[in-house]
Amino acid sequence: MAEWTPKPPRPAPASSVGLGAWARRNLFATPGDVALTVLGSIFIIWLGNMLLDWALINASFSGDDRTACLKPEQGACWPFIDAKLGQFIYGRYPEAEIWRVNLVFLFGFAGLVPMLVPSAPLKSFNIAFLLGLYPVFTFIMLTGGLFGLPRVETTDWGGLLVTLVVAVTGIAASLPLGIVLALGRRSRLPVIRYLCIGFIEVFRGVPLITVLFMASVMLPLFLPDGVNFDKLMRCLIGVALFSSAYMAEVVRGGLQAIPKGQYEAAAALGLGYWKTTRLIVLPQALKLVIPGIVNTFIGLFKDTTLVLIVGLFDLLGIVQFHFTDASWATPETHITGYVFAGVVFWSFCFAMSRYSIFMENRLSTGR
Amino acid sequence: MTEDDDIISIQNLNKWFGNFHVLRDINLTVRSGEKIVICGPSGSGKSTLIRCINRLEVHQEGEIVVNGVRLDGSLKNLEEVRSEVGMLFQQFNLFPHMTVLENCALAPMWVRQMPREEAEALAHKFLARVRIPHQAAKYPGQLSGGQQQRVAIARALCMSPRVMLFDEPTSALDPEMIKEVLDVMVELANDGMTMICVTHEMGFARQVADRVIFMDDGEIVEENAPEAFFSDPRSERTKLFLSQVL
Ligand SMILES: Nc1ncnc2c1ncn2[C@@H]1O[C@H](COP(=O)(O)OP(=O)(O)OP(=O)(O)O)[C@@H](O)[C@H]1O
Ligand SMILES: [Mg+2]
Repeated sequence: MAEWTPKPPRPAPASSVGLGAWARRNLFATPGDVALTVLGSIFIIWLGNMLLDWALINASFSGDDRTACLKPEQGACWPFIDAKLGQFIYGRYPEAEIWRVNLVFLFGFAGLVPMLVPSAPLKSFNIAFLLGLYPVFTFIMLTGGLFGLPRVETTDWGGLLVTLVVAVTGIAASLPLGIVLALGRRSRLPVIRYLCIGFIEVFRGVPLITVLFMASVMLPLFLPDGVNFDKLMRCLIGVALFSSAYMAEVVRGGLQAIPKGQYEAAAALGLGYWKTTRLIVLPQALKLVIPGIVNTFIGLFKDTTLVLIVGLFDLLGIVQFHFTDASWATPETHITGYVFAGVVFWSFCFAMSRYSIFMENRLSTGR
Repeated sequence: MTEDDDIISIQNLNKWFGNFHVLRDINLTVRSGEKIVICGPSGSGKSTLIRCINRLEVHQEGEIVVNGVRLDGSLKNLEEVRSEVGMLFQQFNLFPHMTVLENCALAPMWVRQMPREEAEALAHKFLARVRIPHQAAKYPGQLSGGQQQRVAIARALCMSPRVMLFDEPTSALDPEMIKEVLDVMVELANDGMTMICVTHEMGFARQVADRVIFMDDGEIVEENAPEAFFSDPRSERTKLFLSQVL
């Protein structure tokens, strides 16, 4: 019998590799696929074309008032955004004090970026800065009245500034509060359990508008005369409580997914309730519900526009407010303003969404 | 045999799940260094009995004293007992979000307040002892079942327990992995560890047990030396059980 010789590998047939093969497999495999591919492409091209026409080709890019945006076939009216950008970002924050807001944005950015990069060093300092120093700094800088900084009433804040203040406070408060509520809801002590259930069910069952309205209109009625408590502050508290009730249910979903064996193994090693919760249960539970947590954050970010109901102007509110400016009254002003606000909201939400996917992948440990 | 030698003493233990009387008048003393194997049909209360020893289950009547500490519901006693008693589970119960090394170093650091370097050195030592020195940086999900159970043994050993409880440690494993875990357990036994082991591995029982206990319906039916237990059991129920498993 002949000696066995291993067969040398041959390259795959040309018809199964490369771009052509990919297209045949994924785009044109059956007559149905061909039809879908063609129809889909036509739709995408038509949509892209329309957007391009509107946003670039037929758009106006410079001008000082409405006359810049009154061409026939007028597209987007970008000069409107350009002229109002300061208002959209800072609201009626006094011109001379805007550097204070910029400083707050800058420090927030500088603190957040290394926080989000898992390999950046000094995480504990970073957390201490973001949760301890930064809120105090922000409060002093934005409201003023200390260290010779002129006072700026919160009624003058507006635009992206209000959106970010409300959203960031809601996000920063809702996670820890939500965790506490979720743990409380599973507590063995009935008093704690029922308090938490009551809180969660009340805030979850009521629309955010109602919470904000109560916070801004009803609450002062219960406070003694002369106690005046800032309107923005009341909204912040309302938003934080509302979102923590949602967060609690998201976190509880994660807690329920932790097998009993994890608790037993921790107990058998001598770890008590708090250490087990902190070291074993929460890291696993939170990782499981990252998509739900970020979903809640995104919902909260967009819900901040509801502060309009109590007379605060967030980004969308202030954009809408400027539609009434007669010197910019054109048929395209509204749509341009809404597209701008939409793109800003979308950028923040999309960034959160991508970051959550990045963290999920990073934290996956092969199970 | 003196009182001082008894590391576990269980007297008139009774336990109910609701109205179901799961453990009935259990009496058992274990001397330091002794190896006990518990067997019996499914549902006979074997797991419940050993889980009472570190109070993963709370008993209603009777007395359990472990290493001189009475399990009476006081939190201080409970923590003292748990840090002296290691336990192995059928499902391993490793912490999936931590590496093998972190799994092992966790309890020494957080229960014994040991500095990290020291705890990790300890972890490396015991990982070598269960013959997986090179997997320290992996996550449990990346290991085979047999390797995971050996990590669980190393994790328990890192607390330098006086007693180890095993609840069917090999019954979730594929046959070829059972041996690697049993080998480690035999070594532990030879090193003088006090062990209480619920298992149906009769070969292991013959090889290392000082006493074999047969349970049925929440009672200890027979307690015997392994030789006698397998060749000449005293009770008919034991005979019936052995005829089914051997
Ligand atoms: N938490 C519980 N609540 C109610 N009944 C329980 C509980 N845990 C166990 N039991 C019951 O107690 C009895 C003894 O259970 P145990 O787990 O101790 O049996 P076992 O001897 O370990 O059986 P196996 O060999 O199947 O593991 C069983 O009938 C079981 O259904
Ligand atoms: Mg069992």
